Amino acid sequence: MDISYYLYLSAALFVIGAVGVVIRRNAIVIFMCIELMLNASNLAFVTFARIHGNLEGQMVAFFTMVVAACEVVVGLAIIVMIYRSRRSASVDDASLLRR
Amino acid sequence: MTGFVTPKLEYVALLPMLIIFAGAIIGVLVEAFAKQSLRKFIHSLLTPTTLLLALFQVFANKDLVTTNAAINSVVIDGPVIIAQGTILILTLISLLFILDVDSFAPEASALPGSEEERKALAIGKQQTEIFPLLLFSVAGMMLFPAANDLITLFIALEVLSLPLYLMAGLSRRRRLFSQESAMKYFLLGAYSSAFFIFGAAFLYGYSGSIQFSQIRSAVVGSSGNDVLLLIGIVFLSVGLLFKVGAVPFHAWTPDVYQGAPTPITGFMAAVTKVAAFLAVLRIFYTVLDGAIWQWRPLLTAVAILTMVVGSVVALVQRDVKRMLAYSSIAHAGFLLTGVIAFNKAGLESSLFYLLAYGIATLGAFGIITLIQDSQGEVTDLNRWAGLGKKSPAIASAFAFFLLTFAGIPLTSGFIGKFSIFSAAYESGNIAVVVVGVLTSALAAFFYIRVIVLMFFTDAKDATVTVTLPTLRSSIAVWGTAFLTLILGVLPNSTLSFIENLAIFTR
Repeated sequence: MDISYYLYLSAALFVIGAVGVVIRRNAIVIFMCIELMLNASNLAFVTFARIHGNLEGQMVAFFTMVVAACEVVVGLAIIVMIYRSRRSASVDDASLLRR
Repeated sequence: MTGFVTPKLEYVALLPMLIIFAGAIIGVLVEAFAKQSLRKFIHSLLTPTTLLLALFQVFANKDLVTTNAAINSVVIDGPVIIAQGTILILTLISLLFILDVDSFAPEASALPGSEEERKALAIGKQQTEIFPLLLFSVAGMMLFPAANDLITLFIALEVLSLPLYLMAGLSRRRRLFSQESAMKYFLLGAYSSAFFIFGAAFLYGYSGSIQFSQIRSAVVGSSGNDVLLLIGIVFLSVGLLFKVGAVPFHAWTPDVYQGAPTPITGFMAAVTKVAAFLAVLRIFYTVLDGAIWQWRPLLTAVAILTMVVGSVVALVQRDVKRMLAYSSIAHAGFLLTGVIAFNKAGLESSLFYLLAYGIATLGAFGIITLIQDSQGEVTDLNRWAGLGKKSPAIASAFAFFLLTFAGIPLTSGFIGKFSIFSAAYESGNIAVVVVGVLTSALAAFFYIRVIVLMFFTDAKDATVTVTLPTLRSSIAVWGTAFLTLILGVLPNSTLSFIENLAIFTR
């Protein structure tokens, strides 16, 4: 099987994530879309590692997972704080600064 | 297959960063074990000591050049030394404001306006986690320009960003604004790092290595699929340009600058720019230099757009923090001309500009923390009318910083702008220089408007006062003003210091 199909899959996942961030309104869903983009990058890294026959790309994938976990910690803390003060996690409601 | 080789680390070269990380971890332990009432006092000693120790070590490492500090992952050379020194000096100045003003929420987890928050305020609780967070962020910023492979670059980017997201949400007053700015900063920051890592994946796919030196030889020898390289450059640039706040990735800047606690805004505006621009310079000067015909048109368009949008939108702002945010966007555009210049003068002038702009920015944001009414800081520009009569000294200092941003002769901003534009001119990028000079003139208009407002308009609002600065803020305000003047009148020793060190090692 042609290995470049994995790259097309990775690009497709990345685009789904990137579009999702723009069109969805709930902060949690936006955040999940960002995680999807990170995982799309992981898939690209692992595929390229396979193409080049070295391990560096797989190594990066592990680091990306760790970073994604750290982002969850910080991000959920911020989103939960917003939800508690407003009873809503919609990014449309968070528009005080635009007035 | 060779056996396992013990990694060899050059601890002396890494020491400044290790000191900061150690200080940050001790700071976390202080949070865990020290008594509530003692914490702020301990941090007020620990944090500056850590920064000073690191600064001495950076200075001792001045002539060190190595690409091998941590098995090819970290490079220490002249520009890195200057960047790390600048970051530490600017952080020390901003620490004076952070320590001095009660800008932070008593308890971040309490709901705004709740009983819990009132109690925390009454017993004088403070969210002192800000200090270890600050140190972690500084450590990330020191590593960011020193990164020599894609993993280190990505990790450093996240280490510097994640604490900043949290710090943006810790303002004491107008907490809903602050929380909102934290969420915006976080979501957009995470979005841009996803682009960044996707671009990194394609650079790896193009070259087969994450090492900068090997990516460079692949680019120079153009051995690989150019489509992968182009995707890599574009997506990586999006991630980096977001951090420096360039148009069209600037949407977060005004909101975050306005919502975050003012001392933290100053820190972000001044110090993050140094780290981000040095990383941008390293990537475009030493890694992607073989692909200059691909990235130069792209960056030229972004730089022109950034200068124009920053200067034009700043004209209509009514909030002083938002105005400075747009002004910082415009300055990001001026700094990008140094990247486009792609010569040694471009690197030197960028380093000088970052130092000069950082000092003036810290001073300006520091003064904003002093202009208060009974509710806290006043950032509405209309209420600043007549400030020059109430407090001539502080108003003059603010006016001086604004003139520096505008690039009036005898200030450091003039030397910075002059050298960066002449570097771009030398390399033949006339269009960018013309736009830069025109937008500088436009920008001068809104800076001078504020000065007119302060000195030549009658005060309408008697409730606005200048809180008497304590010793620490006075030192910070007058120190930054003095340094700005010195860098403007006698820039030669600094310029020649930078000139001797500003050579990238590959």
